[in-house]
Amino acid sequence: MIEARAINATEVRADFPILGRTINGKPLVYLDSAATSQKPAVVIDIMDDYYRRYNANPHRGVYTISEEATAAYESARQRVATFINAASVKEVIFTRNTTEAINLVRYTWGRVNIRSGDRILLTEMEHHSNLVPWQLLAREVGATLEFLRIDDQGLLQLDELEARLSGVRLLAITHQSNTLGTINPIKAITAAAHRAGALVLIDGAQAVPHMPVDMKDLDVDFYAFSGHKMCGPTGIGVLWARRALLEAMPPFLAGGDMIKRVKLHEASWNDLPWKFEAGTPSVAEGIGLGAAVDYLTNLGMDQVRTHERTLVDYALEKLQDIPGIVIYGPRDPEIHGGAISFTIPDIHPHDLATLVDRDAIAVRAGHHCTQPLMDRLGVPATTRASFYIYNQPGEVDQLVIGIQKAQKVFA
Amino acid sequence: MSDDLYREQILEHYKNPHHFGELPDADITQEGDNPLCGDVITLYLKLDDGKLGEVSFRGRGCAISQASASMLTDMIVGRPVAELKSFPTKDLLEELGIQISPARMKCATLSVNTLRVALNGDNHEED
Repeated sequence: MIEARAINATEVRADFPILGRTINGKPLVYLDSAATSQKPAVVIDIMDDYYRRYNANPHRGVYTISEEATAAYESARQRVATFINAASVKEVIFTRNTTEAINLVRYTWGRVNIRSGDRILLTEMEHHSNLVPWQLLAREVGATLEFLRIDDQGLLQLDELEARLSGVRLLAITHQSNTLGTINPIKAITAAAHRAGALVLIDGAQAVPHMPVDMKDLDVDFYAFSGHKMCGPTGIGVLWARRALLEAMPPFLAGGDMIKRVKLHEASWNDLPWKFEAGTPSVAEGIGLGAAVDYLTNLGMDQVRTHERTLVDYALEKLQDIPGIVIYGPRDPEIHGGAISFTIPDIHPHDLATLVDRDAIAVRAGHHCTQPLMDRLGVPATTRASFYIYNQPGEVDQLVIGIQKAQKVFA
Repeated sequence: MSDDLYREQILEHYKNPHHFGELPDADITQEGDNPLCGDVITLYLKLDDGKLGEVSFRGRGCAISQASASMLTDMIVGRPVAELKSFPTKDLLEELGIQISPARMKCATLSVNTLRVALNGDNHEED
């Protein structure tokens, strides 16, 4: 095996056509990859090629281009399985995105297994997509929700974990906070949850794009992530789950492709993974995700993580020199993924984001789909800068200058 | 329209808002919020013989939302309530005098939306 080399962001940038764009005459500084990543040409091209050369409905056609479409789509699934070290490709269910993957578990495993009086343990830092589905399920079946608290550095208060796990059926938790950047110790948390008899679902939307993620190593029960945050297209995401769980779960959406045999009054289900994939799938998007996985594999996920850790280290240092700034989330870049939230005194995050946009700097402002976390932090909103493989330290410098300019406007 | 979103007048209203604070003995108190940005305002209206006798507001949020609320209070005080029930959004936007992007429109119109809810019970704009 060749030793993968460190990421050279200048080279990486050349792979992303959008990064050649200028806005108001200035080069785009894209610091919102936690919302969605940009796409390399290989992903755009492979989807274009599918539509131009072998667009056909997969899985049933016996003609050449349908067989080509099936092969390309299923080969993408195999590459995703390898990428996350799944025990079997049958454990990789394609969904629309992380949100749909979590809702799939809510509607299938959740409705059967969560009963009145059961407890579901979440955390204060969950994205709405890993909170609201459980609110609805709890209301539907009469279960209760509980929440692991965070400390002032944005770390989970894990000393409370064992006590809080008593009687819990499901622990649903984010791998990396999209707002704070906190990387949670999933392996240790999962081991504790399993000792207490709870199953574990991980929202991996912010983890799979940014670090090596290994299903066998983590030993979780359900793991959800999105293609569009990892160089892939929108409209394709993944639910990974243990095969035994998937076999026992009822189907999710019903219709074509998910069935084996249908009679007027009954039907039997297709094998895994197709049992959970009703209707014509997102073929181009699946193929695009396969190309994204190849792209990231070539870069090396250890190198992706190292690159981002270096950027976060640099950004934390530079940002903290700004007068009055409040930075949320861990100070230690080892446990701080590539997203940094902050507030500047007397400048609302929306005003700040609008002002730096004039210099073509794209940052996110708002609650980041974590309103309960905003309440916990005591702010209505934060500004968030998030990094990926194509970002460079110079872009952090530009952000700092942009913030200083905004401070002059509001001085 | 000026391209300068943060022109002096907007910042002046943001830093020193007009009619800011609670109105004890208000006839109508109406909260409004923009969950997307976390902008919140409360409008206090005191009616006087079919007219808006006094008005004040409290709130927190971005400069656009708070400056727009401040400007709105200047525009509506003393005017007939019947007229204010269908106060046109565009009048406030003209007073703001800046280009508002679609993403920031909810900030700019929070105050006038809240006014219409206060007087009509809903946010139906008649024009």
